[in-house]
Amino acid sequence: MSSHAEPLPVHHGTANDHPPPIHYSSRINPAIVGIFLFIGSEIMLFGSFFTVYFFDRVVNAQSHPGPWPPYIPGTHIQFERPWFVALINTCILVTSSFTMHWATTACKKGDRAGLCAGMVLTLLLGTTFLLTQVVEYHRIGFNTGDTSFAATFFGLTGLHGCHVFIGLTILLAMTIRSFRGHFTPEHHHGLEVGGIYWHFVDVMWIVVYVTVYVL
Amino acid sequence: MQNPFRSEEAAFRLVWLTIGYFGLIAVAAAINRWAGLAVFLLETGALVMWWLMSRSAQETPVKQAPAAHPPGERRILVVANETVGGVALHDAVKELAHGSPTKVLVVCPALNSPLRYWVSDEDGARDAASQRLEDSLSAMRAAGIDATGEIGDADPLQAIEDAIRTFVPDELVISTHPEGRSNWLERGVVAAARERFDLPVRHVVVDLGDGRDMPASAAPAARQTADS
Repeated sequence: MSSHAEPLPVHHGTANDHPPPIHYSSRINPAIVGIFLFIGSEIMLFGSFFTVYFFDRVVNAQSHPGPWPPYIPGTHIQFERPWFVALINTCILVTSSFTMHWATTACKKGDRAGLCAGMVLTLLLGTTFLLTQVVEYHRIGFNTGDTSFAATFFGLTGLHGCHVFIGLTILLAMTIRSFRGHFTPEHHHGLEVGGIYWHFVDVMWIVVYVTVYVL
Repeated sequence: MQNPFRSEEAAFRLVWLTIGYFGLIAVAAAINRWAGLAVFLLETGALVMWWLMSRSAQETPVKQAPAAHPPGERRILVVANETVGGVALHDAVKELAHGSPTKVLVVCPALNSPLRYWVSDEDGARDAASQRLEDSLSAMRAAGIDATGEIGDADPLQAIEDAIRTFVPDELVISTHPEGRSNWLERGVVAAARERFDLPVRHVVVDLGDGRDMPASAAPAARQTADS
């Protein structure tokens, strides 16, 4: 036994008479397994859409050489991607991640007003993002049937939009629960898991934005 | 590697990491397409390097030592799973317990398949471990050893750590199958226990394929092959 070793904080006599519950720290929490599987399936889903996008961009471009985005059929005008509106939307979504984190931090500190304010702001920012995307679809000037570029564009951004809608539903439930006082500094698992999902949606949007609108 | 979605805070950090990662690529690509590719490769390489370095940095365990307990009493912690009923193990415990008042705690990790472990389906594994433990405790008590037992964590090192906190042993006995058939030896459990716990560690090999090392109820003859 080495002299520098630190003794464990257990008192021998009492520990044996009334042992504390065993610390099974290596057991996997079922909720964590659930979120692993869910996010894994989501990554595969987005991955399949990105595969289609890159196939269209790289492989199809070899048989139909030209610029990217391609020309509108029958013209020499390229499809225009509304990158600036999407950039504003990106800022809105990133801000909503910030407010989500603020809400969770406030909950952990027992600040219920901060929690509710953070949740409401996140919900509003998320709704703004989705509405902006819907408006953008109306004004964009092409539709899903106009070339494979248009199809993959709407496929990827639409898939993400669906996730935002699901995220907003979860956020709405979380906001209602926040106002009802369901979350405490000790018990806020519902808030934590919902927050993880919202940040995941945000991360996916950054990937979609850079890939589809910028590069 | 730690799961980037293990908590809301970690996921929030990932958002900023993603912004930085793709932001740099986008800016570089706006200047020149090849610069964008170069930044992508550089960033990805840096991330892989960081991951490899952080992985090796986590390897060093912190030594843990039990608190002292009243003199005159000897405490032995036995960790065994399938070999818990082996005659060699019982003989080793008898030898250690000889000559002074001794308490023995037998911990039987509830070993499970990886899939069942991940979905927390451990009832079957715990039942099987419980049955083996009961048989072993009966044999030890019949030999005059003051032995108690419990089912431990599926990870044997975690099970030892849990037991050290509640039992405070003087010596640790780890029982395994012979080399080549022992999953614990293959995973380096005995070596890791010696490194992690500041206790004398005795390794007992129980060969259940050998009729002499079968549990006492099945084969009365005994053989001990222990090293410390």
